[in-house]
Amino acid sequence: MAAVLEVAGLTTVFHTRTGVVRAVQDVSFSVEAGETLAIVGESGCGKTMTALSLMRLIPTPPGQITAGTVRLAGTDLLGLSEAGMRKMRGSQIAMIFQEPMTALNPLLTIGRQIAEMVSLHENISRRAANARAVEMLQQVRIPAPERRAREYPHQMSGGMRQRAMIAMALACRPKVLIADEPTTALDVTIQAQVLDLIDDLRRELGTAVVLITHDLGVVAEVADRMIVMYAGRKVEDGRTKDLFADPCHPYLQGLLASVPRFGAAEGARLRDIPGIVPPLHDLPHGCAFAPRCACAVGACRDTVPPLEPKRPGHTAACWVT
Amino acid sequence: MTMLLEVSELRKTFPARTGLFGNVIDRVHAVDGISFSIAEGRTLGLVGESGCGKSTVGRAVLRLIEPSSGSVRFEGSDITHLPPKQLRALRRRMQIVFQDPYSSLNPRQRAGDIVAEPLMVHGIADAAQRRETAESLFAKVGLQPRQMSLYPHQFSGGQRQRISIARALALGPRFIVADEPVSALDVSVQAQVINLLMDLQAQDGLSYLFISHNLAVVEHVSHDVAVMYLGRIVEHTDKATIFARPLHPYTQALMAAVPVADPAIRRDKKHVMGDVPSPINRPPGCHFHPRCPLVQDRCRTEEPALREVQPGHRVACHLA
Repeated sequence: MAAVLEVAGLTTVFHTRTGVVRAVQDVSFSVEAGETLAIVGESGCGKTMTALSLMRLIPTPPGQITAGTVRLAGTDLLGLSEAGMRKMRGSQIAMIFQEPMTALNPLLTIGRQIAEMVSLHENISRRAANARAVEMLQQVRIPAPERRAREYPHQMSGGMRQRAMIAMALACRPKVLIADEPTTALDVTIQAQVLDLIDDLRRELGTAVVLITHDLGVVAEVADRMIVMYAGRKVEDGRTKDLFADPCHPYLQGLLASVPRFGAAEGARLRDIPGIVPPLHDLPHGCAFAPRCACAVGACRDTVPPLEPKRPGHTAACWVT
Repeated sequence: MTMLLEVSELRKTFPARTGLFGNVIDRVHAVDGISFSIAEGRTLGLVGESGCGKSTVGRAVLRLIEPSSGSVRFEGSDITHLPPKQLRALRRRMQIVFQDPYSSLNPRQRAGDIVAEPLMVHGIADAAQRRETAESLFAKVGLQPRQMSLYPHQFSGGQRQRISIARALALGPRFIVADEPVSALDVSVQAQVINLLMDLQAQDGLSYLFISHNLAVVEHVSHDVAVMYLGRIVEHTDKATIFARPLHPYTQALMAAVPVADPAIRRDKKHVMGDVPSPINRPPGCHFHPRCPLVQDRCRTEEPALREVQPGHRVACHLA
């Protein structure tokens, strides 16, 4: 199947007082319709900045997309005018955030906010837009959608608000949904409900989902493919199944080993990754992971390793493995 | 086994206020009559979702908030009504580590002073000895003594949590309440802090009340596990039993909902529906009944008692 979203060589920098922060460097990936791609990494690895770059929501200045292309069904989003991009956001590519309370307008009812989004993109009457809002709330399995549409965000629980956000994001049937840590602020039983919902809607509507998360458990549950980011770069890419079974980059190996798992031996130590993520304005010359890597050799400290195929359909950026 | 901490029928309610004059309209039953004990050198994991009252338990046990009723015994003596002066002396024996290492450290204080402050507050040792103690505490939690002159913002999240732990250890406590100590940390760093807490327990025989919403972390650090729902313990037993054979439908639902970091195991999609009800307006009978897949008529009216279904395995469910 053809990719609906193709990102190539995306590079985003921020000009700050401490220097140029390279938030995203040369990141490429593609997502097919109806597929879930996870972008995985720890705080500061550039996964959210990648998402915001796709949506062209990087504050400029200080931020700037300096290179790359983002093709959505053939159109390069980075080449569009701001007005052109506004037409794409919501109708073609939509985003949901970690904390729905900060993304929703507290002064407007949920129904009104969804209707507004629909009438922005489609030439329909107010009544029809309102009806669509109720229909969307029903589709995200909110009970009593007519009543809920008249409620304000603060009257809803966290899980309910995230459902409302999803309803809004999908109201115009975008081709791509970017979900940035959509369940991180939710309790685990609610997280399971919301992940199921996103997964079901992906299947029903054929939406391509880009799921940004730090939680390897969530990735294993819902993602078909994944990319791993470290210090602004993509370091590994492949099918979720393959990457969990046979991680090639020492960073992903370390991450997987440091997740506490059910049924571990009594008193067993977790494998941790020593040290901390380097600051993005002061990255080492070679591989950014080298200072924390147990397998690092001379080449790792001199030159950034290229992404190369290590197994069929599985690439990684590492000089050693 | 000697019990270090014994909590019996602990209750804490907060007034729920509303309106212009803050009239008390109702009461929030944050902790509703819970009992447990922790032996020397052991860890009790207290699990539950937001609003279940687990943090309130941690604070009430240390008397950082006053329990509404019930009793807390520490090292054999009742501390529930201890006057403030004696309570302060007791603080040397019991300490707390908070979730957020960003807000629990004074940003204007140097790391070394943060760690030495408990010694100063309690009038232990002179300045030179305090410095020496702080140095050894820094080494103990895996920080460099030369980092003592730095300020909190110069440390990463994981290092800040190490500072909090060093501060908690300064007075040589026997018991530490760890309230979501790794929830704000990245997974690779989370593992460092969990390992540190477990090493400290092995070295010094500390006891922990480990409060967390993360079941996998709790399974890793705990000897015993208690699951809370809306202010009550619904299941309590040793770690191996609760993870191998959970009996309460809520415990089962909680475990089924945890995403497993293994794509070969895909969850079956039988999740509990609905949200956690408000602790002000709790459902009658078993509080879990509106979400329970096995609900029966008596669950709607009759409150299940927490009873021992097998030796050492307590469950609050009519069906267990």
